[in-house]
Amino acid sequence: MMAETAQAPKNVKFVITRQDDPQSSSYTEEFDLPYRPGMNVISALMEIQRNPVNAKGDNTVPVCWDSNCLEEVCGACSMVINGKPRQACAALIDNLEQPVRIEPMKTFPVVRDLVIDRSRMFNALKRVKAWIPIDGTYDLGPGPRMPEKKRQWAYELSKCMTCGVCLEACPNVNAKTDFIGPAAISQVRLFNAHPTGEMNAEERLEALMDDGGIDGCGNSQNCVAACPKGIPLTTSIAEINKQTTKHMFKRWLGV
Amino acid sequence: MRGFYSRKIHSLLGVIPLGGFFLEHMLTNFSAVEGGASGFTDSVLWLNSLPLVFFLELFGIWLPLLYHGVYGLYIAYQSKPNLNRFKLERNWRYTLQRVTGVITFIFIVWHVFETRFQVTLGNVKHEELGGLMHNIVTQPLLLTFYIIAIVAASFHFANGLWSFLISWGITVGPRSQRVSSVICLGLFVIVTVMFLVSLVTFRDSEFQTTATALQSLKTFI
Repeated sequence: MMAETAQAPKNVKFVITRQDDPQSSSYTEEFDLPYRPGMNVISALMEIQRNPVNAKGDNTVPVCWDSNCLEEVCGACSMVINGKPRQACAALIDNLEQPVRIEPMKTFPVVRDLVIDRSRMFNALKRVKAWIPIDGTYDLGPGPRMPEKKRQWAYELSKCMTCGVCLEACPNVNAKTDFIGPAAISQVRLFNAHPTGEMNAEERLEALMDDGGIDGCGNSQNCVAACPKGIPLTTSIAEINKQTTKHMFKRWLGV
Repeated sequence: MRGFYSRKIHSLLGVIPLGGFFLEHMLTNFSAVEGGASGFTDSVLWLNSLPLVFFLELFGIWLPLLYHGVYGLYIAYQSKPNLNRFKLERNWRYTLQRVTGVITFIFIVWHVFETRFQVTLGNVKHEELGGLMHNIVTQPLLLTFYIIAIVAASFHFANGLWSFLISWGITVGPRSQRVSSVICLGLFVIVTVMFLVSLVTFRDSEFQTTATALQSLKTFI
């Protein structure tokens, strides 16, 4: 305890990639912030918001960022921290090498500073119909039961928070391709595994056999390594490869 | 829908027939190790005595090779490697698959021009191919190029087989993908070694010929 009080106040250095609007080019700005025990990247950004002064001592515009749940379940605060795409709320300063380099996930359109537009991910979920249609004009009654064993692994897939880290990590998601990315493919596996969702399995498979679908995967397997929720994305992709291949032959042979 | 089928065909052609031809080529070359110059010539002559050999070549080699090569260049162009950020074994293989594909493409264009195309032009007879190879691999620069190309092509074949198994939904879980990784790595080593041993054998003086056509070709190369 005595050693702690005797310590001089530490500073933490940040190098943040900033961008004023979607069209302008990016630049970096450095910040020196007082260290506080247990601080993370979000609390550091809040400190800049409170006192927007950069490392040179000049007044600056506070850094914009996106965040919501602050417990790594919403996916809103994804950014590239020291080269790795991850959630800022779960990035503890104590575990990071300094200076802490923070960049937006440029696979997505940058709105401002660290704020990105993840619309393409939500559009992808719509494209593959990542839901279970149960609405009708009359009561459809109870659906089929889901085996407990299946529910357990399907639950893991349901942890996806559409954070975009897997798309940022994928070398095949870029301006030259229209690859849908790993997240939506894994959701197709989830909804195709559900006993009621299974009834519309072919619609989802056909969406992934369309342009920008599953054929965009190049098996770099970065997605499964980068996923903050530990979702077995490459198993999902391979499983959907299997389902689409089967569907292709079924359609050809008219089974 | 078009992208799905063209990518599936690309993946299939890489294994059948191109992977098959690659292994056949390896065995034919190895006959030079087993049977010397005459053994190699016998193998080449036997292969070219197959019925409908023109069509076997056209549909088993030329057209698949053209499609796989050109579409493969497009796939390589579409990728944005990020090894600097993700130094992972699988990401290395992803990047190397594209690099070795481009190396192999360039090599094959040159190799086909130098050997098979010269046979078509009538500059070289099938019996003289061993001598032609001898002239090539006794030049250090060309030998180096051949060694690089062999390693690249063998890697591209073995790793391509690994990703073929995933793309067609055969190896799904992490364990099967790990096992197939080990098998494909073993295949890469075996194929590379067999091609390299054959290559070195072609340096043997028994492959030397005095055919005038070959001499003129040598100066041309």
